[in-house]
Amino acid sequence: MNIKSQKDFFSGLMFMAVGLAFAWGATSYKIGDAARMGPGYFPLLLGVLMAILGGVITFKSLVVETEDGDKIGSWAWKPVVFIIAGNLAFGILLGGLPSIKLPAMGLIAGIYALTLIAANAGDEFDLKEVLVLATVLSVICYFTFIKLLNLQFPVWPAFITG
Amino acid sequence: MDLIANLSLGFGVAFTPINLMYGFIGCMLGTLIGVLPGIGPLATIAMLLPATYALPPVSALIMLAGIYYGAQYGGSTTAILVNLPGESSSVVTVIDGYQMARKGRAGPALAAAGLGSFFAGCVGTLVLAAFAVPLTEVAFKFGPAEYFSLMVLGLIGAVVLASGSLLKAVGMILLGLLMGLVGTDVNSGVARYSFDIPELTDGIGFIVIGMGVFGYGEIISNLGKHESEREVFTAKVEGLFPTKADFLNIIPAVLRGTALGSMLGILPGGGAVMAAFAAYTLEKKTPLRPGEIPFGKGNIRGVAAPESANNAAAQTSFIPLLTLGIPPNAVMALMVGAMTIHNIQPGPQVMTSNPELFWGLIASMWIGNAMLIVLNLPLIGIWIKLLTVPYRWLYPAIVLFCAIGVYSTNNNTFDIWLVGLFGAIGYLFVKLGTEPAPLLLGFILGPMMEENLRRALLLSRGDWSVFVTRGLSASLLAVAVFLLVIVMLPAVKKSREEAFVED
Repeated sequence: MNIKSQKDFFSGLMFMAVGLAFAWGATSYKIGDAARMGPGYFPLLLGVLMAILGGVITFKSLVVETEDGDKIGSWAWKPVVFIIAGNLAFGILLGGLPSIKLPAMGLIAGIYALTLIAANAGDEFDLKEVLVLATVLSVICYFTFIKLLNLQFPVWPAFITG
Repeated sequence: MDLIANLSLGFGVAFTPINLMYGFIGCMLGTLIGVLPGIGPLATIAMLLPATYALPPVSALIMLAGIYYGAQYGGSTTAILVNLPGESSSVVTVIDGYQMARKGRAGPALAAAGLGSFFAGCVGTLVLAAFAVPLTEVAFKFGPAEYFSLMVLGLIGAVVLASGSLLKAVGMILLGLLMGLVGTDVNSGVARYSFDIPELTDGIGFIVIGMGVFGYGEIISNLGKHESEREVFTAKVEGLFPTKADFLNIIPAVLRGTALGSMLGILPGGGAVMAAFAAYTLEKKTPLRPGEIPFGKGNIRGVAAPESANNAAAQTSFIPLLTLGIPPNAVMALMVGAMTIHNIQPGPQVMTSNPELFWGLIASMWIGNAMLIVLNLPLIGIWIKLLTVPYRWLYPAIVLFCAIGVYSTNNNTFDIWLVGLFGAIGYLFVKLGTEPAPLLLGFILGPMMEENLRRALLLSRGDWSVFVTRGLSASLLAVAVFLLVIVMLPAVKKSREEAFVED
């Protein structure tokens, strides 16, 4: 077996897997019939359609020639990890984690954490520059979101504001 | 004259200082994000949506609309100056625009794009005002079967005209439709695919998907590329105005582009990208005048036509939204969300129940166009400076604004976890070469489609033939099939692919 288009092969597999998962999930709801559709009818229909489509895409990727094999290429793990981690850190600091009794540290702490972590995703990292950037962003956010738009955010750590 | 009375009502609403101000802010922001490569109107509207909660509905929509067509203008600036489409509809502008800039003719190119867009915007606004009323009457004839068929047509139209693999685009639509079903089913009250997570019973927020897949996904894939591939540079812009010979070339090109753009914008699934692409193809088919620079080498028609087309289409694509309540593209899908946030159900009733909103929005579009020409021509120098902001400063800011944006919609950190997840998924889509735009369209239409399918089949007692026995519904489906067949024809397929790899 020879994969002619790597991108299509794996996207076909993805469509098949997700389609089947949705279709399988749909069977746990009432299906009903066309005249009286239950909550499972439409998702089952779509899931099956998607799985079939995924199958066709995968089949085509094994048969139809492409010039360069349509390689997926290397994964950029660094940006994925740091961007997502920055995002998570921001969420944790902003809202706290009640399940492990972590108090909310507020918006400003969140901005610094996000900027410091996310900045690692690039090719260069200059601590001083990143700190300046975080400060500038904090000021901008404070004035636009809190002062101007009056959004309800925890701004400072919970142990300061009480 | 109803048209005049309606327009004057609209201008009365739009010309209040507060609405002028929000229109201006919208245009300004739109131009800004259009100029910045990598941030599209989609992410920005998604980001600013929560910020419009506090505004009156008319002002909010005027501002969001300003962002939308402001981005069309701004995108051309980046395309011409730095060979980067700041925004998807300026992809074809890059081809000739950048060549003109390299030859030191960036000024005329920018002016041609600006003036062409202004003219097209004016025509588009008039078309919108003139056809909105008759189209609304058609809309009242629509039953559930017709709505379902129209949505099928819209979704098919979106994939047919998009670039890339047809099958994968259909797959993304299905995926979007399925994700739209997550949450409580309105008919039975069953929470579907919510895994007993209380936040998921309300469904996934479209802002979360939009920001995750488009915002984070794009940033990650941008950072994954080598620096040389995303480097931007500033070129000197000298001499603003086109010569007399340029004008002779521009005028017919702008007229053709505007006509084409206005038509394609109205069709569901048409949209600005397709209009620009079609206009460029048309210009290439028109013979060159003696002494004219060939296409791909810096022909000014190659800038003027697609730019006017995408702007005309940007205006007229409000028609299906305002009259039928059906979003023709992903940005419009977000506008539907914006309307629902403000308790306005998009559709034919908007015109009668909120006439000041309807006509005010239309009038503000024209005002917005006038503001944009004022913004863009003299301020070109400032836009170029913005492009020198290093990406390493830009992307943490984008990540931050996305995170704040999703949090502020529900004041719930759960949305922040979700947006991170969708960011990773968005990157996966980029790597697999599947376009995420159809996904968002499907996501918005999912619940609506299910509802109309249910109703149509309930009325017909489970008989599927209702979709082909009702005339209007049958013709809509016929158009959808026709579109699919056309694209599948080998000859068209080939030229479609060629046109997209040309740059």
